[in-house]
Amino acid sequence: MDIFLQQIINAISLGGIYALLALGLAVVFSIVSLINFAHGELMTVAGYGMFFAIAVSLPFPFALAAAVIFACAAALLTERFAFRPMRKADMTGLLLTSFAVSAILRVLFQNGISARSKAVPLPAELSGAIDLGFFHIGIVPLLSIVTTALSLWALTLFLRRTTLGKAMRAAAEDFQVLRLMGIKANRVIAVAFAVSGVLAGVAAVLWIAQRGSVDPLMGFVPVLKAFVAAVIGGLGSLSGAVAGGFALGILEVLFQAFLPEAALPFRDAFVLGFVILILIWRPDGLIPAPVSRRS
Amino acid sequence: MLEVSGLKVKYGEVEAVKGISLSVPRGSIVVLLGANGAGKSSTLNAIAGLVPATGKVTFEGELLSGQPAEDIVRRGISLTPEGRRVFPSLTVAENLHLGGAAHAAGEVLKGRIEAELERFPILRERYHQKAGLLSGGEQQMLAIARSLMAAPRLLLLDEPSLGLAPLIVDKVFDLITDLRSKGLTILLVEQNAERALEVSDHGFVLQSGQVVLQGTGPELVRSDLVKQAYLSE
Repeated sequence: MDIFLQQIINAISLGGIYALLALGLAVVFSIVSLINFAHGELMTVAGYGMFFAIAVSLPFPFALAAAVIFACAAALLTERFAFRPMRKADMTGLLLTSFAVSAILRVLFQNGISARSKAVPLPAELSGAIDLGFFHIGIVPLLSIVTTALSLWALTLFLRRTTLGKAMRAAAEDFQVLRLMGIKANRVIAVAFAVSGVLAGVAAVLWIAQRGSVDPLMGFVPVLKAFVAAVIGGLGSLSGAVAGGFALGILEVLFQAFLPEAALPFRDAFVLGFVILILIWRPDGLIPAPVSRRS
Repeated sequence: MLEVSGLKVKYGEVEAVKGISLSVPRGSIVVLLGANGAGKSSTLNAIAGLVPATGKVTFEGELLSGQPAEDIVRRGISLTPEGRRVFPSLTVAENLHLGGAAHAAGEVLKGRIEAELERFPILRERYHQKAGLLSGGEQQMLAIARSLMAAPRLLLLDEPSLGLAPLIVDKVFDLITDLRSKGLTILLVEQNAERALEVSDHGFVLQSGQVVLQGTGPELVRSDLVKQAYLSE
């Protein structure tokens, strides 16, 4: 029982990180048809933001804020200087641009900071566990689940209640008509990138809380996973991204926990095999995005 | 009010509009007639800034050519595109809100939404429903209401009666004359030539991207070309 509950907690907290990252990809994809492979580097930027904030001995909450702000700023800068000039390009052109942005940022981290990983010391209070009587729950997984839930709630409020949020949902369906209403395309796109940056920043904080370090390649694996999650969910669908993120997290933890010892090195193969089954069952993903018109 | 001269629209190598000139006087209803592919929609889209065009478009004496769609609607020209194109997963309320959000805020915006709900009582009933769940006629009402949220002085209507039941078509044309009586100027593209000419002050007949005939409503109804091609007599 104890182990089972523990695995569920792990699955939800890992799935939550994938969900936040997949959402970041989906928010941008739904509006500009860009699969942003530089999304992982936003995480890395957030990680270094946190690292430097702690290095100059800012209080921990400021370090968290720095992570999110750095990622958001990086998202806006890449939009302004890399993706906006390529706006008229087709999907392949945009995809290649994102590879280029990703590669440039990685080289900058490797040469400008260090190719080695940097330790990000976390407050000691975070390393403990809470005793609930019948079982222990780690503080980091618990905070991670709470943070994910709060982020999803805040994003939902933003998308439903604010004009910009509504405009983003409308842009995903019919960008041309949105422009006819007088709503500036550049502004909506910039906000989409900012939102994806914030989500990457939050995900980076949760990711670092589990491993305690940052390195130039930090974002690569989680964003690859997030891409898989976004596809499981239905590329471009926001609720799909969340569903896909949790599905992938749960699959990974389940296979990790219940595969026989000898098969464990092949865990990812099992997970991806299962993903293929899901996609055979639902080729457009769990919650497909509505077919949209784009300008 | 609106003056278009030598308007050309090219999609790659294909020239959809080959130098159209027309004018829309203030307070009038002007209709563009023509077969599919004659360049009617392209003309409206070019005026609204959705597709790049060459030639000159002036509105109330100001040059509009080359401005993006976002700016043209701020000048007072609103386009209700062909096929209604409401945002299907957004509610009626959200569709209306977005229609006016760039032009008004707070109480003014609320007032405009209220005015549209007065004009279209059916939208009040459907206020919190997703626009995609509305019937075709209701979606057309929503699309027009959403365009009116910008408080335009010139409304461009692209095929507002397309695919609607005859009773709803009547409503749409009643609405068009009603809007004009309240001071709005309307440039209309219609397949339903008979009905369109009834309500129009002036019409232009387009053929492969050029104006081949123009005149007042009654003149066009009597012309052989229009009779043969567009009226079922």
